[in-house]
Amino acid sequence: MSNQRQFSSTLDLKNGKVEMVHGSGGKAMAQLIDELFLPAFSNQWLDQMNDQACFELPAGRVVMATDSHVISPLFFPGGDIGALSVHGTVNDVAMSGAVPQYLSAGFILEEGFPLCDLQRIVHSMAAAAEEAGVAIVTGDTKVVERGKGDGCFISTTGVGVVPQGISLGADRVSVGDKILVSGTLGDHGVAIMSLRENLTFETTIESDSQSLDRLVANMVKEVPELHCLRDPTRGGLSATLNEIAQQANVGMQIYEADIPVRSQVKAACEFLGLDPLFVANEGKLVAFCPADKADLLLKTMQEHPQGRDAAVIGEVTEDTLNFVQMQTAFGGNRMVDWINGEQLPRIC
Amino acid sequence: MKYVDEYRDGELAREIAAKIRTEADPERDYHFMEFCGGHTHAIFRYGIPDLLPDNVKMIHGPGCPVCVLPIPRLDAAIELAVTHGVILCSYGDMLRVPGSRKRSLLKAKAEGADVRMVYSCMDALKIAQDNPEREVVFFAIGFETTTPPTALVIRQAEKLNVKNFSVYCNHVLTPAAISNILESPEVRELGVLPLDGFVGPAHVSTVIGAQPYYYFAEEYQKPVVIAGFEPLDVLQAILMLVRQINEGRAEVENEFSRAVTAEGNPQAKSIVADTFELRRSFEWRGLGVVPYSALRIKEAFASFDAEKRFTVDYRSARENKACECGAILRGVKSPRDCSLFGDPCTPENPLGSCMVSSEGACAAYYSYGRYQERTFASDKTHPAA
Repeated sequence: MSNQRQFSSTLDLKNGKVEMVHGSGGKAMAQLIDELFLPAFSNQWLDQMNDQACFELPAGRVVMATDSHVISPLFFPGGDIGALSVHGTVNDVAMSGAVPQYLSAGFILEEGFPLCDLQRIVHSMAAAAEEAGVAIVTGDTKVVERGKGDGCFISTTGVGVVPQGISLGADRVSVGDKILVSGTLGDHGVAIMSLRENLTFETTIESDSQSLDRLVANMVKEVPELHCLRDPTRGGLSATLNEIAQQANVGMQIYEADIPVRSQVKAACEFLGLDPLFVANEGKLVAFCPADKADLLLKTMQEHPQGRDAAVIGEVTEDTLNFVQMQTAFGGNRMVDWINGEQLPRIC
Repeated sequence: MKYVDEYRDGELAREIAAKIRTEADPERDYHFMEFCGGHTHAIFRYGIPDLLPDNVKMIHGPGCPVCVLPIPRLDAAIELAVTHGVILCSYGDMLRVPGSRKRSLLKAKAEGADVRMVYSCMDALKIAQDNPEREVVFFAIGFETTTPPTALVIRQAEKLNVKNFSVYCNHVLTPAAISNILESPEVRELGVLPLDGFVGPAHVSTVIGAQPYYYFAEEYQKPVVIAGFEPLDVLQAILMLVRQINEGRAEVENEFSRAVTAEGNPQAKSIVADTFELRRSFEWRGLGVVPYSALRIKEAFASFDAEKRFTVDYRSARENKACECGAILRGVKSPRDCSLFGDPCTPENPLGSCMVSSEGACAAYYSYGRYQERTFASDKTHPAA
């Protein structure tokens, strides 16, 4: 890494604040890069300090995904916006079956944002990237005036390569496929909601924010016949299943009793008037595979720490109306519809 | 929080459902109205219709506070936030409901109005205390369950001398709405609307008790079972209603004995009586003008009454002519009888009151139950029953 640039004093990472000059392209920005971003993310591509990263990719189909992160609060039980911005994009790339390799990171910072918080976020990103085996190879920082941002927004783009013989996509989902989830649903959304200023309730629930690339690598290795993977983030499981049902022109039948939901998440949803199927996840995936491979896939998932609570939750059915239906634990049947806007708590 | 799963035990549900099937007389039909939107929601969410025999039918009543609030009063709330520049505090599911020209509180918020979602009216008072330079209005809606907290917050505001806080009162009464349904021509003219009994909302009765329903049982000879909101509560209540009909009884029974008494909560009733008085009439979306069916703030607390504090213009608003919400709320028609249902009226684009909240009959039917009418979604020309 370059140590050529000299600054009159070091960046005050303890009490300092983000200032407009940190995004102006001048010396202050160079100092922020040299003293915060470079040491945290250091790798052979970033350290060249060009305006772009130049890298080789192994043979195969290249996958690219992008995700912007605007979460409030920035720090939450089980994670923060930094780690989340890595996990979100790594997972989007991984859902194609690809091995994520490189990330870009764009920061939009609000004037006055504490540098110590930015440092915490950057270190958390670096740790998440290292854990996922990806390198943050290029980046950008902009600063907006006080009141025009929410502290810190991060946008990341990821690139990965799909192993030979793997082809995943909603169009491959077929009637008779089994539907699996990798673990408990709703943890992230409930952890975030518990911290919102007008909803003070105490919970031990932590966000499930994590990279799933290693779990996916095991899954595609053991069951290359896998048809489709998707991570049920905003809109929860229901949005993901409805999306895929429409893309594949099929229906789905799921079973409430088989869907893993932590009792604390169930309870929080109960008194907030929410439905765990609509609540966001940041470290879970939904998988579709041929029925005769479901047992092997389930076993593979359960043997991996990120899929310990995996379960088969239903199957793909023939349905030109693309309805997702659920047999309730109570015994009846109901639709699992798209969420209508943001989930709003019911009055009584 | 414990005992969530206990009231959703599938095995017990099948036992109760089996009893309903055995005891329901195959020679006749049973039509029961669940008054409350919370019950409607539970019935669809847990798939209860699938567990009932074909001759036991549930009619979805008007007990959804969001659904029955007339458009002019919602427009007035939006006007308070936009024109008068107040901080308008509202319960969550009111925010998305479209008023005139499809304008909602959420849209007003996007346009710059200060609209805030609160879980409790006490949060609204706190916002008033934190913003002494701003006027803060709590948009109070709901039946007897949400009324005592509103009364309490007005008393608290008076006690703490919070001058910038007021309440836009839209509280309505359950028994008045039930009377209105029982007095409707369809019910009185025997045979047009078969209505054999009511499932009464338990949370309302934790406040008002079981007593107000005795009148319906005696005067109209309709059995009432007060039931909780867990799916097992609802199933058990249906079984109790079937038994009353079979035995020729018309009584008020209390399924929710774990919290409801005959008298209800005397403290809650007394603070409500001290703070509010009956309005001579109030317009309900879907039901029309219902006499003595809503509350307003008493003169003694006029300074906390947003309707007195601000000049609010009630412009009349017309409903879509093809909308069948009125008939659906009275139980005369079912959601699928409406030509607007599903296209163009959906939860994303609600035209009528029953589609606006997840507790409304049309929205619950659309979101949870429309798979039952598979032909309906593909064939809009489904004939009305």
